[in-house]
Amino acid sequence: MRKYYGFFKLRFATGLQYRMASVTALTTQLIWGLMECLAYKAIAEASGGNLPMNYSSIVTYIWLKEAFLVLFNTWAADNDLFAMIANGNIAYELCRPVSIYSMWFSRTTGARIAEVIMRCIPVLLCAFLMPKAYRMTLPVNSSSFLLFLLTLFLALGITVTFCMIVYMLCFFTISPQGWRMVLTGAVEFLSGNIIPLPFFPKKYLFLVELSPFAYMQNVPFRIYSGDLAGREIYQCILKQIFWLVTLMLLGIAVWKRAEKRIIIQGG
Amino acid sequence: MIEFNDICKSYRVARRDSGFGNAVRSLFKREYNTINAINHISFSISDGEMVGYIGPNGAGKSTTIKILSGILTPDSGTCVVNGQVPWKDRKEYVRQIGVVFGQRSQLWWDIPVMDSFELLQAIYSIPAPRYRNKLDELTQLLHLEEILKTPTRQLSLGQRMRCEIAASLLHEPKLLFLDEPTIGLDAVSKIAVRDFIKKMNEEHKTTVILTTHDMQDIEAITRRVILIGRGQKLMDGTLEDLRLEAESLESENEGSESDIDHIIASLYAKLNIM
Repeated sequence: MRKYYGFFKLRFATGLQYRMASVTALTTQLIWGLMECLAYKAIAEASGGNLPMNYSSIVTYIWLKEAFLVLFNTWAADNDLFAMIANGNIAYELCRPVSIYSMWFSRTTGARIAEVIMRCIPVLLCAFLMPKAYRMTLPVNSSSFLLFLLTLFLALGITVTFCMIVYMLCFFTISPQGWRMVLTGAVEFLSGNIIPLPFFPKKYLFLVELSPFAYMQNVPFRIYSGDLAGREIYQCILKQIFWLVTLMLLGIAVWKRAEKRIIIQGG
Repeated sequence: MIEFNDICKSYRVARRDSGFGNAVRSLFKREYNTINAINHISFSISDGEMVGYIGPNGAGKSTTIKILSGILTPDSGTCVVNGQVPWKDRKEYVRQIGVVFGQRSQLWWDIPVMDSFELLQAIYSIPAPRYRNKLDELTQLLHLEEILKTPTRQLSLGQRMRCEIAASLLHEPKLLFLDEPTIGLDAVSKIAVRDFIKKMNEEHKTTVILTTHDMQDIEAITRRVILIGRGQKLMDGTLEDLRLEAESLESENEGSESDIDHIIASLYAKLNIM
């Protein structure tokens, strides 16, 4: 356990090394979030409030998305790991007495948590101070806040196990670019990062809900804003656990196959 | 301690002729060549020995090191190191080995060297007092006091290599594999690294396998030399044997050079392994 905590600490230290990056990222996120709020406000007004999610839930969803962006974005998966596979530096990882899967899992999770701690506080602070129409709301009640935290962690787990599969698949192709483009692009859209899932047409939503993508950020954010409530929450939690375990087993299986056919590129 | 028996390893390489037409053609039909990186190589090394593993570029040196360190699985053959098969139970096996790849880095690029060391301490679960002792010893021998607090990216190559070697020894391995540890280093750093390796061997009886292109490394460090070329073992003996072999091959050639690099170069040429 201590070694995995070690990875976490290290990533945290790496994140702290670059202060300027955090400041610029904050600015981008605030502007982006505000732009999205404006867009949905326009839609809400044009449709006379007849939206699949109510407007204040949408605003809260958007700010949560911005605040926790680094937990769930798959396009910014750990570039060092891809580079390691592509240029052969994985050789060093393989001479460590730990399993690659658990090492990379804790490394990715650690990196994300470390980064989100630095990023989410200023974003949330600003989101609560916005003018009324664009202000984030408090959670509906304390139990929904606790459920939000729980599902947030499960969602992070699903996202990381998904990234792990992408890393492992890169052992089978020479360049990681292909897998990354296809898979991360799909996740971006299907997990509700571009538009919240309730805006999807019913027919397609049904399909998305059969995939693990609907159980990433979609669940915690909608619980927080009260859009998801009652028995539906518990069903979602069960499905989150199911996907977490399934994706993890799948990732480990792919790794087991990769391990035996590894080649070290670059001499 | 190390029994390396009849090991083969081949790679499949996609190749094509240059030019746009050929690039398009290769989209549909790939030609693969099989390269036998190592071909029925056997040797055995006993405890506390220091062995130089030499041969021209592409001879199979690094492949051998990677098989010995459990990274690659060979196509055939057996290998037993300290009673364990390197690629079978990798996680257990690697506890007892230290590896330095001269052309790669195991230190985190953005953070001070010390942080990387502490992570390694956690990975290998080294108890704190043992870690302290070892770190003090390595700091002293490799002159690291000044540089431990510097981020890796700001170290010179020589400084970095000293840190890399220290990083590989923190967990006190019984076996040390060095893949071109002196590549690109200046005279001072080279000598520091060589002296250090010798000292480790004397004091801790660490078994060392060293690949290099720098014959002075071999002269300074090792007694025994294994020469390979095109994936095959060509010689196994002392440096003196190597010299004699080169001279006998060169007998018809007058005015032969006595400098070690020339001897090796002519040996490579004569054995036709370039």
